[in-house]
Formats: sequence, C-alpha cells, structure tokens
Amino acid sequence: MGRKILFVTTDQQRYDTLGCNGGTLSRTPVVDALAAEGIRYERAVPQSVVCMPSRSTIITGQHPSTHGVWMNGVPLPVDAPSVAADLQRHGYRTALIGKAHFEPFMDPFGRFIENSVARSGEETLPSRWADGTTGPHRGFDHLEFATHGAVGMLHYAQWIMANHPEAIGMYYSAIDALFNVNAAGGGDTDAPQVKDNPIPRDWYHTDWVADRTIAWLDSVAADDDWFCWMSFPDPHHPWDPPASEMGRVDWREVPLPAGYPTDRAERERILDAKPRHWRLWYDGTLVSNYEAPKAWVPATLTEDQVREVNARNAVECELIDEALGRVLAAIARRGWTDDVDVIFTTDHGELQGDFGLLFKGPYHVDGLMRLPLVWRPAPSAGRAPATVTRPVGLVDLAPTFCAIAGIAPAGTMQGRALPVDDADADARDFERVLTEWDSELFGVGVHLRTITRDGWVCTAYKPGYVHDGTEGELYNLTDDPLQRHNRWGDPAVAALRSDLVADLRDHEPAPHVPRLELEAPV
Amino acid sequence: MGSVRRQVHIARPADDVWAVVGDPVTIARWFPGIVDAKVEGATRVITTASGIPMSEEIVTNDAIQRRFQYRLTAGLVRNHMGTIDVFDLGDGTSLVSYATDGEPDAVVLMIGGATGNALGELKRRLEGDRDLSEEEE
Repeated sequence: MGRKILFVTTDQQRYDTLGCNGGTLSRTPVVDALAAEGIRYERAVPQSVVCMPSRSTIITGQHPSTHGVWMNGVPLPVDAPSVAADLQRHGYRTALIGKAHFEPFMDPFGRFIENSVARSGEETLPSRWADGTTGPHRGFDHLEFATHGAVGMLHYAQWIMANHPEAIGMYYSAIDALFNVNAAGGGDTDAPQVKDNPIPRDWYHTDWVADRTIAWLDSVAADDDWFCWMSFPDPHHPWDPPASEMGRVDWREVPLPAGYPTDRAERERILDAKPRHWRLWYDGTLVSNYEAPKAWVPATLTEDQVREVNARNAVECELIDEALGRVLAAIARRGWTDDVDVIFTTDHGELQGDFGLLFKGPYHVDGLMRLPLVWRPAPSAGRAPATVTRPVGLVDLAPTFCAIAGIAPAGTMQGRALPVDDADADARDFERVLTEWDSELFGVGVHLRTITRDGWVCTAYKPGYVHDGTEGELYNLTDDPLQRHNRWGDPAVAALRSDLVADLRDHEPAPHVPRLELEAPV
Repeated sequence: MGSVRRQVHIARPADDVWAVVGDPVTIARWFPGIVDAKVEGATRVITTASGIPMSEEIVTNDAIQRRFQYRLTAGLVRNHMGTIDVFDLGDGTSLVSYATDGEPDAVVLMIGGATGNALGELKRRLEGDRDLSEEEE
C-alpha cells in the first residue's frame, strides 16, 4: 500500500485569498492548517492564465505549446498524456469530480466525452490512451462533472434537473442570448456576473462536489491506493454564492484591494505604460478574448462593484474551505490521514479589481499569475513544514504525483517534482517558470511569452492584431509587487531584459504538431 | 456576422468526394455528432448526439461546381449559411472547404469547430477506402 493523493483545485482563485498567504477577507482555516503542516509555495505560476490550457498542463505535465491546447475552446486530444492514466496503470483507483474542462463546454453536437458521460449512465467511458491502448477516459475510473451553474449536460446539472429543477434559474446565466459571456449586472452594485442566488447551500455546486467526493471515497477499499482530483468550479465568476451565506462578508466593509488604483488618472497612466491592448480593453474598444464579457467596459467599474465582487469571491472561498474540511474529515474517518498527500491549488488567478479590471485575459501579472499552492505531504512521509520562495509551475504537478506514488514520471512530462524547500529548489535548479498566451478570435490575435525568474517577470509580445512584436512588460516583483511600473523600455535594465528574453527563447517548449484547431469559444 | 472556414486535402478524386458530399443524407456517416439525417425535397432534418433535431434548407446542390450549401432554419443561429466546396486539384486528389457564416459569432464558432472535425472524419474514411455513399443506412 502506497500513499494516497487528494488533489484539490479551485477555478480562478487568487494567491491572496488564503489566510496562510496573508489574505484577510476570507477565512480559510482548513487550507491554512494544511499549509502549516506542509509546504506553502509563494511563487507558483500557471503556464496559461485560462482554464483549458492550464488544466491540460496539470494533467499532461506539459506546457501549452506542447500539449497543444493553445486557448480555451481547443480540446485536449483524448490520447494526450495523462498522469491519471499513469497512476491507474500502476494500480491506483482514480477519480475526477467537479470541473474538468479539457474539452469545450459549448458542444451542440455532443461530440466530446466530457459532455456525454453523464447521459451515458456509466462511471467512465473508454478512450484511446497516449500509449495506443484503450482505457478509462484520460485515466479516470470515475468521472462526475460540474461547472459554474446548473444548465447543460454535466452530472451536476443533471442532478439539479432531476432533484431540484426549481434551482436551475436561481443561478446567474453565465452566457447571454448571443452566447457571449454575460455582462448583466446584479447584487447591490449592479456589478457584472453578480446575482443574488436563493439556492440552498447544500444544493450549491461546491457542496455537491464535496458530497460526491466523499461518496466516491466511501466506495474505495481501505487498502486501495487512490488519486482523487476534487475540482471546485468556484470562485470563478459568476459571483452568485448562496444568499444564505452572504452575511459572512459585508461588501460595504471590504477594503479596496491594493491592486486597485483609486485615482482614475493614475489608473489610466499605469495602463498606458503597458502594451496597447490593456488600455483598449479598459476603454471597451477591444475585447480580445472570449473570457471577459464582450459588452462590459472596465472603465465603468466602480469602487463599490470592486468591493462587492471581492466580498462574494471571499464567501465562495470560505465555502470551498469548509467543503474541503468535510472531505478531510471523511478521510480521517477511514483512518487514511497519515497516508494521504493533499495538494491544493487553482488553475489561474483573477484580476478582481487590479488596474480597474475584472476577469482574465492576456495580462501576465500577479492577479492572474501568482497562485495559491499548498502541499501537505502524507504525515507518514515525515516531511518537515517549509515555505518555498523559488518559482514553480503547475507543470510540476504531474511529476509530483508520480513521485508521491513512487513511479517514474513519463518521458513526455516537462516539469519536475515540486521542491520540498528552497534548498531542494536550489539544488535542482528551480530557477524559471514559463507562461504562454495565444488567442485568435475572429481576426484578433494576441500572443505573449513570459518568463518568471530572479524576482522579475518579463513578457515578450509576438506580432498580433494590435502588437508589432516589439512590445513587452518587465516588472521587478520585489520593488514593484503590484506591477505598476513597466520597465521594458528602461535603459537601466536593458541588459537584464535581453538576458531574460534570451533565456525565454532558449527554453521555449516544443510545439504540438499539427497545430490543434479552435473548436468552440470555451 | 461570424465566418469560419475549415479545409482538408483528401487523396481521392473530386468526383469520389463529391459523391459523398453532394448526397445530403450521408452526413450522419461522416459528421461526428450528427447521428441521423432525413431528407425530403429541399429540407434536411439532422439529429445531434445530444438529441437536438435541427431543420435545414438545402440551398445549393450543384454537381457541376461541386458546391453544397444549406441553411439552418431554426435553433441557435441566425442568417446561417453552410457551404461545402470540393475542388479538383488536378492530380487525382481534392481540396474540400467547409465554410460557416451566421450570427451570433460564438455559435458560428461552435458549428465551425464541428465542421473541422467532420472534414477530418471525411478524409479518414474516404482515404480508408470506405465508400460512404453506399453504406447501409
């Protein structure tokens, strides 16, 4: 019997939403306790700041260029490498419960397995694996899916439809009548993607994900090795947590986030020092990606709206923390705690008011790039608590799961098992992390390549719709933690910039051949 | 107005490809996600794998140009036009183009994505020597 793995992801959660990372808005005692007993990472960076590419990195252990999911709407091939398949092959029971999103949600033809598992009535469906064999889809023996609402073909939506159909309309409609991300406002401040949701808490998707995880764990034999990916759809917009929980955080008392420049002129001056698409989006002139509401103009965002969005986000983070606590209690009841590794992270961040913006897009700054990551190794492993300050990536998760399971990482993986402390990181040269952005939507292309190294984050732009390929961003993360001063054009750091860009180019991951097609908006 | 085009090279003569593309009832055999198609006059009704029936008007079925056009007449998309062209490359092979135009943009992208998948399946099956036009219903 080996170590068991509970892998917990949220969707679009900022680093500063956890108490252990200095957050003060949401109470997260469960994750904070895991951090105190385990390893807390202060510079965990995604390889993409949107869901499908980032999640594909997690499961494959590859950068987006290599696994080929270069933007949302590009499906990860069913036979892409999967760490779950590697673990399943070595005897692990495997489950993915909650949000998957390796394949597009928008699927009117029902072509993608993720959208057909619930209807099939099967626990999983067979698909082709990277080694040419056939096995459970992406290596998971058990699949139960949910996303940000109660409409669609996934298990949670089917469960709501069957048991609480009156709840379907309680959620915010994330998509509008034109199938764009909805810009409609709600709550007390008319903020976009906000709604008062009368749904009872135990019908909400966060509790459903925990309930289904506990049910699956209850089905596992005591001496089975298992890998369970519990994937919460929150705190991703829409911000519509159960109304019964809204009293936890009074938005009127929420301080404006440090990343929100309150003076409009200063805000716009900061944006103007960044590449053009920042200001163009802020003014509503160019919405370059699908993930932000097309009809919403960030310049209209008010201070109260920032407060209300942050309050609702904090409530969602608290519900996740409590749901995780219930799952850990269930694990304790099975007597497994000493042999269970718990890893908690997210796929990417959220701007949440930084620079006067919400949501996400081609903006490689801490709001989207600095992620919560906590690894509580199985207590039986005897690992000392630590804080890791060196940069690590989500690309390192798959090899970490392999290391925990005691199996060799697949040769296709590009990351390495996470360091257990800074000395380990230094000994194994955890020096740089790369992040990519590519989007091409109806003639608008945006392409970024970013390196995080030596306390700097450096983004080089490729030619696109509003960029000629000479633009860039360069921030000193120590002196300028809010990334307000773009030093790309500063002669004083020209040599450093050249070195970082050269390093970035030297480490660009191999491209997926052939290039995969965009098949849906998301 | 959204506009998406996909294309594929098929190592089969244009007449062979057109024999499939120009026969509207065959679509359920090569378009993943379409599980049934019924044709009556200029109307085709397809059923998707998710159980959604969609009615289409056949606008063009031109064997000389090897062009097939159809319009979704109900459902998610407005002002839709789907256009499949089969080009003879003169060396015993063909280029097939599948264009989707309509509104809203996001739905056009969803349909367009599926057409790319369909062209891949069309190529796989035609180059695999399976005569799609003669398969059993």
